[in-house]
Amino acid sequence: MNILWLQSAGCGGCTMSLLCAETPGLFDLLGDAGLHFLWHPALSEQSGGEVRALLADIETGEQPLDILCVEGSILTGPRGTGRFQMLSGTGRSLLDWVTSLAPRAQHVVAVGTCATYGGMTAAGGNPAGATGLQYDGHEPGGALPADFRARGGLPVINVAGCPTHPDWVTETLLMLAADDLGAASLDSLGRPLFYAESLVHHACPKNEFYEYKASAEKPGQIGCMMEHLGCVGTQAVGDCNIRGWNGGSSCTRAGYACINCTAPEFEEPHHPFSQTPKLAGIPVGLPSDMPKAWFMALASLSKAATPRRLSENAVADRIEVPPTIRKTGK
Amino acid sequence: MTTRSLLVGPFNRVEGDLEIRLDVKDGRVAGARANSPMFRGFEAMMPGKDPMDALTITPRICGICSISQSSAAAAALGDAAGRAPAPQGALAAAIMHGIENLCDHLTHFNLFFCADFARPAYAGRPWHDRAVTRFTAMEGSALRACVEARAQILHIVGLLGGKWPHTLAIQPGGVTRAPGPRDRIRMKSTLAAFRRYLEGTLFGASPEAFAGLDTGAALCAWDKGDAGLFMEIAADLDLAALGPGPGRYLSFGAYPMADGRAMAAGTWDAHGLHPLDTAAIREDLSHAWMLGETAHPAQGRTVPDEDMTAPAYSWCKAPRLAGRTMETGAFARQVIDGHPAARDLAATGSSVLARVAGRLLEIARTQCMLEQWVAALDTGARFMDDVVLPPEGSGEGLVEAARGALGHWIRIEQGRIAGYQIVAPTTWNFSPRDANGTPGPVEAALEGAPVGAQEDTPLSVQHIVRSFDPCMVCTVH
Repeated sequence: MNILWLQSAGCGGCTMSLLCAETPGLFDLLGDAGLHFLWHPALSEQSGGEVRALLADIETGEQPLDILCVEGSILTGPRGTGRFQMLSGTGRSLLDWVTSLAPRAQHVVAVGTCATYGGMTAAGGNPAGATGLQYDGHEPGGALPADFRARGGLPVINVAGCPTHPDWVTETLLMLAADDLGAASLDSLGRPLFYAESLVHHACPKNEFYEYKASAEKPGQIGCMMEHLGCVGTQAVGDCNIRGWNGGSSCTRAGYACINCTAPEFEEPHHPFSQTPKLAGIPVGLPSDMPKAWFMALASLSKAATPRRLSENAVADRIEVPPTIRKTGK
Repeated sequence: MTTRSLLVGPFNRVEGDLEIRLDVKDGRVAGARANSPMFRGFEAMMPGKDPMDALTITPRICGICSISQSSAAAAALGDAAGRAPAPQGALAAAIMHGIENLCDHLTHFNLFFCADFARPAYAGRPWHDRAVTRFTAMEGSALRACVEARAQILHIVGLLGGKWPHTLAIQPGGVTRAPGPRDRIRMKSTLAAFRRYLEGTLFGASPEAFAGLDTGAALCAWDKGDAGLFMEIAADLDLAALGPGPGRYLSFGAYPMADGRAMAAGTWDAHGLHPLDTAAIREDLSHAWMLGETAHPAQGRTVPDEDMTAPAYSWCKAPRLAGRTMETGAFARQVIDGHPAARDLAATGSSVLARVAGRLLEIARTQCMLEQWVAALDTGARFMDDVVLPPEGSGEGLVEAARGALGHWIRIEQGRIAGYQIVAPTTWNFSPRDANGTPGPVEAALEGAPVGAQEDTPLSVQHIVRSFDPCMVCTVH
């Protein structure tokens, strides 16, 4: 299968992250699955006139297109013209190019939360009119209409993440190449379930702190960050702590909050990113699927039962109190 | 006399969007205009937000210089608070930043820059077969080795910062994770593996041997590894004569730590070294699609001209230091820091060769610095100090990204961001003309470049533009 990759209004970080794919590396991984780039803006040799000719051939149908990957939000400003991002050398906006090319593709993959839902490019009043490919934040319908289907029959596949984990992108592409990804493989926001059926909370090393509500109070402390430091890993989809990033780490493993970067509108949490909003001292956001009354009851019970090891370690910058060693056997 | 104009784009193997308009006369570029054709408006997103949110938002300006943006934001917040980070926290941040800069240089050399030497247009050159084997886009053996080595050394950012890009680990008070003895050992092992890559592949010798080259002639005569292949190509194509810079260099000084910056801050010109004076920076808006007046970034605003009115032709503002264009980047940094081979090359001016050579020197030096920094990590120390931001104040955060001088200027009023301005390295290098009509550094460097009669995307232009390693997503932000 061939891939055309376009970078619209984003930071390019999803491509940079993609290059971190390992065992095997990106080029072997894709090549072994029969995937190759028709063109990628950071990786291909062709520049300028060569690219314009290729795009023209895809647009006329002369060159069949299997997978269109779009990285970055689509800018609709100023005033709906899309002129905040012109595809250089072509005199046409990315908005125009993407809406023209998407119906030509067998599959359309939005790479990253900018391309899926608008993402960080839509923060702070959205000065450039950023939208996702098929969603504008939570709302269905973005640069492409809500009922858009690629030639292969699927809506836009939303590989959300800021950035995306390299494996989320490569495994999506490999599953498409193997004809192993259908509508039932996606969640209600178009995200592949193979990573979106997990929560960032799963396998978080702070889980024992979480269980006892032993919380970090300041940055750099190793306790659970849900109560004070803005962490929403109990609500955010992603297998970050199961799969691991860059050799096995993650945001929470490095001591800072999960900000739910796989979700629509994560860029505007309506509170400072690293502070937990509270009502009467109680964190506002509850863990996914948890009844509020039960959460309150369990939290107060577990807080009362917190062992000294956890309460002391939670506000330290490394483990100060190791687990008690119990004699085993007779 | 023949005259034609060319519009070059999509201009790939640069980070982000770039369009170059060329006037060609008698087979040479007579005039060039660099357009940054994408505006997202990060500066306009910031007012009203909690100042600490800058640490989450600004790294997402750029996926290749993410830690640079993060470090500049943390430095600006720390400056506003009048506090320095915990010394060991600053060291850990420098390690992460050094890894990012190293990876950016590596990516540039292998993926972005050298791929052009494999083009059929160079068939028949004595080095072309080897360039095809090593540097062909996505296929070449050098590229593949680079991508694997890069992914592995980024494990160090994983250990300290959780992920790359877009870590939130770097804060005004230090870093959020205190590395332990096991982390330090693992980082040493990862660096040892990366040294093996440099010695076996990029330099064909130790990084000390390459970093220790002390004349321009010795540097250009290097004949081992992929660096040697590049030097052979550069000599054959006379890349030392291609793409001259303004001869004025700017560095904010790389890796601020408790005992100073690891690489010096300052400016350099024909008269020698001068201290850095950021008060003399102005952003000129005369040829940018921006409304407002020329201003220092501490007072600057970002209001796009939605009508995109001429004579403006880019979303990029035009920063000037005391009214003059400046070149920034690895070569500028090495010249200002006093590397003898870089100073030697600077005597005849910057060029395509000098910019690439500057990066190679810096890769070698950075490997050595990283090894020392990891050895100096005190795994029993504090890595984060308390920093309380004032409800009113302002701050300046100055760092060196891979591509050069990066500054953040924040103004805080009533506990909220009131103003936020960013001047990125490529804003300097790829600025449009100013009110005096003076072209930006890359525009000037393109003048005189040879253009073949059949070329619509001239190779010389591609070499010159890519030699600056532009990061267009940072440029306008």
